[in-house]
Amino acid sequence: MADVSLRKVIKRYDDVEAVRGIDLDISDHEFIVLVGPSGCGKSTTLRMIAGLEDISDGDIMIGGDVVNDVPPKDRDIAMVFQNYALYPHMTVAENMSFGLRLKHYPKAEIKARVTEAARLLDITDLIDRKPKQLSGGQRQRVAMGRAIVRNPKVFLFDEPLSNLDAKLRVQMRIEIKKVHQKVRTTTVYVTHDQVEAMTLADRVVVMNKGRIEQIGTPNELYHKPATRFVAGFIGSPAMNFIPCRLEDAGGTLQIRLTDRIAFALPPARAARYNALPRTDRLLLGIRPEHLTEAHAHLDPGVETFDTVLDVTEPMGMETLVYFGLDGTPVCGRVNPNAGAKDGAPMRLAMDLNNMHLLNEESGVVL
Amino acid sequence: MSTMAIDKAGPSRKVKYGSMSRDRTWALRWSYFFLVLFAIFFLTPPVYMLITSLKSSAEISAATNPWWVFHPTLSNYVELLTSNQFLRFFWNSSIVSIVVVIITMLISIPAAFALARMKFWGSATLATGVFLTYLVPDSLLFIPLFKMLALVQDLTGITLLNRWYVLLFVYPTLTVPFCTWIMIGYFASIPKELDEAAIIDGASWLQTLLRIFIPVALPGLIAATIFAFTVSWAQFLYPLVFTTSVDQLVLPVGIITTLIKGDVFNWGQIMTGALLGAAPPLIIYAFLMDYYIAGLTAGATKG
Repeated sequence: MADVSLRKVIKRYDDVEAVRGIDLDISDHEFIVLVGPSGCGKSTTLRMIAGLEDISDGDIMIGGDVVNDVPPKDRDIAMVFQNYALYPHMTVAENMSFGLRLKHYPKAEIKARVTEAARLLDITDLIDRKPKQLSGGQRQRVAMGRAIVRNPKVFLFDEPLSNLDAKLRVQMRIEIKKVHQKVRTTTVYVTHDQVEAMTLADRVVVMNKGRIEQIGTPNELYHKPATRFVAGFIGSPAMNFIPCRLEDAGGTLQIRLTDRIAFALPPARAARYNALPRTDRLLLGIRPEHLTEAHAHLDPGVETFDTVLDVTEPMGMETLVYFGLDGTPVCGRVNPNAGAKDGAPMRLAMDLNNMHLLNEESGVVL
Repeated sequence: MSTMAIDKAGPSRKVKYGSMSRDRTWALRWSYFFLVLFAIFFLTPPVYMLITSLKSSAEISAATNPWWVFHPTLSNYVELLTSNQFLRFFWNSSIVSIVVVIITMLISIPAAFALARMKFWGSATLATGVFLTYLVPDSLLFIPLFKMLALVQDLTGITLLNRWYVLLFVYPTLTVPFCTWIMIGYFASIPKELDEAAIIDGASWLQTLLRIFIPVALPGLIAATIFAFTVSWAQFLYPLVFTTSVDQLVLPVGIITTLIKGDVFNWGQIMTGALLGAAPPLIIYAFLMDYYIAGLTAGATKG
């Protein structure tokens, strides 16, 4: 087991910079998830850690040693691929033991390790089957087994659940988490699915256009996003961004969303934003769960407004409501019993204690 | 018969929308019709050969129905199979074909692996180049090849021309490009992650080739092997050019040169020899047909 460090790592393909100078420190035992839209450089970063891609510039260190020019087999890593990449002509046991057999481990130890990994992953019954006789979820377990038996310093997962159906994905997500809790190997996991990132990671690295946007625990990213990209990427449905400006009104700072709607900011927020120029073009970032139906009793910092709903989406435990504020589409989350109907007027409450204010131009959360 | 049935049924056929099975039935009937037609077309020559091989010379030249054997005899077979000369041709053909297959595989498999997987400068051009080599017909190549080998013989003093083993150098010019080309396609259809997984598992390129690629691509390799064997076995022009002494000849040339004497054609034995010569590829095809088809079509879709 080991820590992994990336220092100003750059990957260029001809003229295109796929990864533009990444700094990342992953500590021992940590579960790190690289998340971002396709083409953000997350898979390339993972493949550079694996040694499957050369790095154009910078340093990658595993366990304190620079491994820039170390071939994959000598980096002591194991990788799980999206399409499993099981050897089709070998049985499950042979697939899992292939790496150990190449390294001429004693037979008894190979058997012991394979048996142990199979038990951990609950695939003991499948040990003599060929990959084509397995379901997608079973194949992914075998792929993980192949990684576990090697007992490597670092696990690398490249979108391992993307080929599975939604239900199985949730199940395997939990399996992966359980396995990590047991083996505690340093893990770097790549996904485009922010739910996977949030549920699995000790820390999430949000990437965009070859750069790291933000590194933080799932809660930090959710509650304290640094940029508009992170704020919009993490959370589903995504955070609403409503054009707004700050106004002084009778000694209090208020935020104006439309000609009709302006709210006084709660004292804590007012103090934080008071120094901002009133002329800046700003965005109010508010998550759908902080736009709910209005109750008779309002907590401090919660403001109400009337609107007409465009569309409602009953989800069972909640209903998503969509409406427009001066042409900006906004999504809220209301109680299914709140009586939200398509095209009907509704009084909604906005919890400004959980608001974010962003600079529209730079996208930075203020 | 079958065309009649189709014509009669055709106009009276009512269009029934959504009747998949009906369309299917007609598609099947047409397929059978053409399959039978082609089977007859292609099987007639071998059947004629078989019939002729069972006749005596007297019956062949007699003005009787050529499609029937009135006095069947195995004398042609007995004569050929007890003739040292014929057995020599057979032996030469076998040894040449088998060794050529081995040489071809030893060159083609690593070449295809390198061209399909190791991205190096010019690899794509080289892969196309390999295929273009195959497009040059042997009728153009044999003179320069002859000159080259004659030069090598002069320079080294090793007798190459008019020796059966010269064919071991010549045939691979036909078999290697094509086999390499088939296997490039086959190797390319193996998902990239498979060799990446092997590399991470600690396999060298050679181990990846031997322990992953060759087993996974086995149907393709068998297809290539069959091809190389068939080409070597049936090759006529090169052995005709490069070998002349009777004891150095391979089967196709041997039959023609020894069984046609001046303007006397020993038809019975020619046909017998050709049939016996066709037997080994036929047996190989029969056993490996499934692999052969799987191998030729596998590169077409993502495996």
